[in-house]
Amino acid sequence: MDGVSKAAGQEAAPKRKGVRSAFENFMNVLFFLCGAVAVAFVLFITVYLVASGLPAIREIGIVEFLFGQEWASTAAEPKFGILPFILSSVYGTAGAIIIGVPVGFMTAVFLSKVAPPKLAGAIRTAVELLSGIPSVVYGLVGMTVLVPAIRVAFNLASGASLLAAIVVLAVMVLPYIISVSETALNAVPKEYEEASLALGATEIETYFRVSVPAASSGIAASVVLGIGRAIGEAMAVMMVAGNVANMPSLLESVRFLTTAVASEMSYSSGLQRQALFSIALVLFLFIMIINAALAFLLKRGKKD
Amino acid sequence: MEESIVLSAKDLDLYYGENQALKKINMDIPERQVTALIGPSGCGKSTFLKTLDRMNDLVQGVRIEGSVLYRGQDIYSPKLDVTWLRRQIGMVFQKPNPFPMSIYDNIAYGPRTHGIRNRKQLDEIVERSLRGAAIWEEVKDRLKKPALSLSGGQQQRICIARALAVEPDVLLMDEATSALDPISTTKIEDLISELKQTYTIVIVTHNMQQATRVSDKCAFFLLGQLVEFGDTAQLFSMPKDKRTEDYITGRFG
Repeated sequence: MDGVSKAAGQEAAPKRKGVRSAFENFMNVLFFLCGAVAVAFVLFITVYLVASGLPAIREIGIVEFLFGQEWASTAAEPKFGILPFILSSVYGTAGAIIIGVPVGFMTAVFLSKVAPPKLAGAIRTAVELLSGIPSVVYGLVGMTVLVPAIRVAFNLASGASLLAAIVVLAVMVLPYIISVSETALNAVPKEYEEASLALGATEIETYFRVSVPAASSGIAASVVLGIGRAIGEAMAVMMVAGNVANMPSLLESVRFLTTAVASEMSYSSGLQRQALFSIALVLFLFIMIINAALAFLLKRGKKD
Repeated sequence: MEESIVLSAKDLDLYYGENQALKKINMDIPERQVTALIGPSGCGKSTFLKTLDRMNDLVQGVRIEGSVLYRGQDIYSPKLDVTWLRRQIGMVFQKPNPFPMSIYDNIAYGPRTHGIRNRKQLDEIVERSLRGAAIWEEVKDRLKKPALSLSGGQQQRICIARALAVEPDVLLMDEATSALDPISTTKIEDLISELKQTYTIVIVTHNMQQATRVSDKCAFFLLGQLVEFGDTAQLFSMPKDKRTEDYITGRFG
């Protein structure tokens, strides 16, 4: 050991070390604060929604509020039953999933396993663009193309309907289902597929009996993500669904949970306004349940 | 003794794009014997093994010239059904690769793919295959457990059982013990010696002791060429080619 240089090093060290560790500490605090912002917002929104959503539910009565079939917020004797909105949201989302999942899933299998790389690249780019289109544009196109088409096809007074919302939402969830499913399918080890082919299975048999089951939790996650996307969408739905608080039926105008809040908020007051917060709270609970399901599925996928 | 030939390569050339990986391979693989393919890494032994059940088809840019005959049929003929071929010629891979399913479903996968749905028949196949791969006693009480919960050596025997379940004629093994511990390796080597009474077996190994222990015939590959092919005992005791001698005495590779 060199005693001289060691001593010199010890002399210089404390000062520099002090500055550096102060900087380290400062950065650590900064990182923590940035992280805390997101948590703070979630907590704030949760507390705010619960606090402002509960009074109306208490006043109206939870059963009357959730299961009442009539919404007449501005009538002389107002009714605040949101069952039409809940069912419209649920049916609309279910319809979008029923159409979007098979198409999206098959596209994902095609992109991940079947398509030649160049074609897959082109389709993937299109899918990414689809997810980048603002929802107001979906609404606009739906309003000017789809709604009149439905009116003509079914000979209705107006084409603005649950069906129009379902079709628009199906297209909107497609990119999420495709890209999450494809990622899951790409992550299936090649060795599984080789083993299946080596046993004399065809490629299609291999995809559906080995690759898809191995990717099942990721594919399920893509469906849940699509559900979350569809149930939370307001703008596009507002533009094509007609916004009448009917109990849902495929060819009639309907109002979703999201559009119920959005369409009345600007002129609401009193109990009506409080009830809109209650609707937002119900929607919030739906989304929380869906996110919990998603987190569960992704976690299970990692364990496999 | 007249040997019956199961697989026969004739002037086989294989290219990966511009790169020639196999050069004019001529080789006859006899029935119900263990043929070992040895040689340094990158010599083409695994590539040659994969030409025998056309698993090289999966690699982009592969081109093959010459022919491989399986019991007299050209397996690269456009008329040949590849799925039929791969049922006749099973493969066990270097890394154990059971499906992420139960032990039972792993073994039943092949038969189910080929149309067997009868539960009783499947039960019989599963038991026979697991016995054939010398792992029945270890797993018979937990057939519903995931195959991936087993040890590496057990997983590899599950893979062998899975290959046996489609009743192949030939079994190809691509360094099937290289990822395993010595005890598991011994078990698989014993198994190979037993299986050769029923099946024609071709193994790729980088382990020369293993080749001498389990194989009847041995082929030495170098730089894409088949340098020497003959009885294992003879190849290791009196190699005809200087390059074989250098390799087996550990002078290179």
